[in-house]
Amino acid sequence: MIDAPVLSVKHLSVAFGRHVAVRDLSFDIHAGETLALVGESGSGKSATALSVLRLIEREGGRITEGAIRLGAQDPVDLAALSDREMQAFRGNRVSMIFQEPMTSLNPVMRIGEQLGEVLRRHQGLGTQAARVAARHALEQVRIPDPERRLRQYPHELSGGLRQRVMIAIALACRPDVLIADEPTTALDVTTQAEVLKLLKSLQAEIGMAVLFITHDMGVVAEVADRGVVLRHGRTEEVARVADLFAAPQSAYARDLMAATPKLGQSPLRPPVPQAEPVLRVSGLSKSFAQGGGILKPRTVTQAVRDVSFDILPGETLGLVGESGCGKSTLSRALMRLIEPDAGTVTLAGQEITGLDAAALRQARSNIQMVFQDPFASLNPRMTVRDLITEPAYLHSGIGPDARARLAGDLLEQVTLERDVADRYPHQFSGGQRQRLCIARALSVSPRVIVADEAVSALDVSTAARVTRLMQDIQDRLKIAFLFISHDIAVVERVSHRIAVMYRGEIVEIGPTDRVLRHPQHDYTRKLLAAVPNPVPRPMRAARRPEPVL
Amino acid sequence: MLWFLTKTLRAVITMWLVVTFVFFVLRLSGDPTMMLLPDDIDEATRDFYRRLWGLDRPIMVQYWSYLGALLQGDFGISFRNNLDAFGLVWDRVPKTALLTGTALLISLAIGIPLGIVAAFYRDSWLDRGVMAVSVFGFSMPNFFLGILLILVFSLNLRVLPSSGSGTWAHLIMPAATLGVSFAAQFARYTRSSMIDVLNKSYMRTARSKGAGPVRRVNLHALPNAAIPVVTILGFKVGELLGGAVITETVFAWPGIGRLLTNSVAARDLAVVQCIMILLALTMVLANTITDLAYGWLDPRVRVGAKAGAR
Repeated sequence: MIDAPVLSVKHLSVAFGRHVAVRDLSFDIHAGETLALVGESGSGKSATALSVLRLIEREGGRITEGAIRLGAQDPVDLAALSDREMQAFRGNRVSMIFQEPMTSLNPVMRIGEQLGEVLRRHQGLGTQAARVAARHALEQVRIPDPERRLRQYPHELSGGLRQRVMIAIALACRPDVLIADEPTTALDVTTQAEVLKLLKSLQAEIGMAVLFITHDMGVVAEVADRGVVLRHGRTEEVARVADLFAAPQSAYARDLMAATPKLGQSPLRPPVPQAEPVLRVSGLSKSFAQGGGILKPRTVTQAVRDVSFDILPGETLGLVGESGCGKSTLSRALMRLIEPDAGTVTLAGQEITGLDAAALRQARSNIQMVFQDPFASLNPRMTVRDLITEPAYLHSGIGPDARARLAGDLLEQVTLERDVADRYPHQFSGGQRQRLCIARALSVSPRVIVADEAVSALDVSTAARVTRLMQDIQDRLKIAFLFISHDIAVVERVSHRIAVMYRGEIVEIGPTDRVLRHPQHDYTRKLLAAVPNPVPRPMRAARRPEPVL
Repeated sequence: MLWFLTKTLRAVITMWLVVTFVFFVLRLSGDPTMMLLPDDIDEATRDFYRRLWGLDRPIMVQYWSYLGALLQGDFGISFRNNLDAFGLVWDRVPKTALLTGTALLISLAIGIPLGIVAAFYRDSWLDRGVMAVSVFGFSMPNFFLGILLILVFSLNLRVLPSSGSGTWAHLIMPAATLGVSFAAQFARYTRSSMIDVLNKSYMRTARSKGAGPVRRVNLHALPNAAIPVVTILGFKVGELLGGAVITETVFAWPGIGRLLTNSVAARDLAVVQCIMILLALTMVLANTITDLAYGWLDPRVRVGAKAGAR
């Protein structure tokens, strides 16, 4: 057996209590190959990943059926091992990197200890030898100045560096199989590109098989040789990535492909007719001071620097930029949720930067926000009726009958049933909740809606439906949107114009077509180059012999 | 260094506020000569003592002269026995320190392991048992527990002395009385902090690295779970001293607590003030130590200024 798979999952079923998360899943991965598990939330892709390492029991699930065979020669069935026996495999022959680089490292342990732990545990190295090996492992993941990093704590490192440390830990013992569970989802697009490149080159070096879990078709195209498309725990399709993109066989895979925003392939929205801008921001600046106790030095961060833009009625301005660039500060400053240091904001002809508290409250009915997290931004103890009509109640004090009528109308606007008004937020899915947030924003008939990463937490197909809904509402009510997102492909789909923000400044602003096709600023070019393109490179698929599916 | 200076400055301000507050409140609460001297004494004698103790002067004058004396380390004279108030209090400090220290050690030694075990075997019968016992432990008033212990071990079984502080045997019941409710509280804090930590994704990472359960708990979870427990420890010192007042009275333990109750009843102003200042100082010290321990346990606080600077 020359080309036996290094990981072979056969008829795997995983359940949480009575709920079956994964049903009869089978796949093989060979050494040096990358298999992507693709699917939306609830598809069972993470449950599968956790099952291979037998971490599923920790999350309250269990493997009800099937085998997970590890090793090309003398395979071991991981599903049949005890937790104790499993310990010798974890971090050694199978290892895993997780989605959250901010929380997956122990905050009170130095990087050197966390890295040295696996080396001492699995390779029996002494403290000194482990230190040398740890240094080497950091060098391998191209972390500059490894000696210093070994002495640091996770919070002293950026998200990208932390994920590199996680990769170093996972690969320290040169595993047969690496499981990567959405390893770049929480990272900025340029950092993501770097991490993906690193993973690929390490794979070429070490030759491990990679099981890559992602919801992002762009990432799939970038890294994977083959893909397994999952939905509600069932396998919809297993195919080489090139085939999956060129000719998806299952209906679901086709839908998924269609819902995935592809940079440069969305139809452009025609420009809106010239009119008086409904929102005019001019010279807006905001800085934050840190420290500044009695005897401590103050450090000042300029979060937003001299930002100016207009939005016309019925227009969507997309605002893109990486984390920490000042997008969220800008959105809060222009609503005066935080006080800007300088500059003016003119909303529907009224300058709101000078208003007192009472007048500001009135003016705020013209500008509403939709936030990223539809779970956190709806009070779980209020009914939908109260939730979505609360702004209207606060602004104009309408009575209970009017509120009930308004709630029904709003629910229709966002394509939900009128009679769900009596329910509570937990009875809705993520996409439905985001519709409720939109309904709430609409309740005061605003002229402008600020959508801050409003679809970032949603699955692609749900996100596509929500953005389409936003466009419908916009076309009907001529509402202006400031659509803030780190996902450029989504921004392209919804925006008439795009502003690119970098280190607190808008470095480029213009029609979508011009900014994305003919970027002027270096940073815009860098950003665009880093976006994973959901078109697989054709030669990748030919590397392996046709696997038996 | 700067940190030390700010801390000291804050401590001094706190102490000054305490001194001022105690000084005025005590003088609002009645004339000490009424309590200390016999009821049938004539007004002239009363006036003599008032003059002797300086109570005849305007209150602000008294305050400034008290503050001035304090700065020179003079805590005043006990009205009751004309002894130096500070010396009187200082003699009692070792006893109270012994009692509260032992109680604290007992409560930590029992509470923290129980909390860890309960968290690790969460929702098992073991966890429920520990939690049930802990509810019992901290809901029992310590004067009641003290009397109960005396009834059982001194009056019925006759194995432990009911009062005094001569031998180690004298220490057992007071320390247990004081320690039980804290042990119960520490068990609960440790448990919830530990459960919180065990659910963190870095604990999943630890497992994915092949670390066994003992290592995961001791090396990965405990240092994280200790952070909130230590924060609470600082506050608990105050409660512990408060509990000592009652426990010392129940067991006739000759510590500061008993001196305080007696001195308050007798309006022995100088002694009460001295005790209050010492207690406040202890609290300030305890909180400073907590802050230091916090920084030692949590690198995010230690190098907080550098956070985010990659």
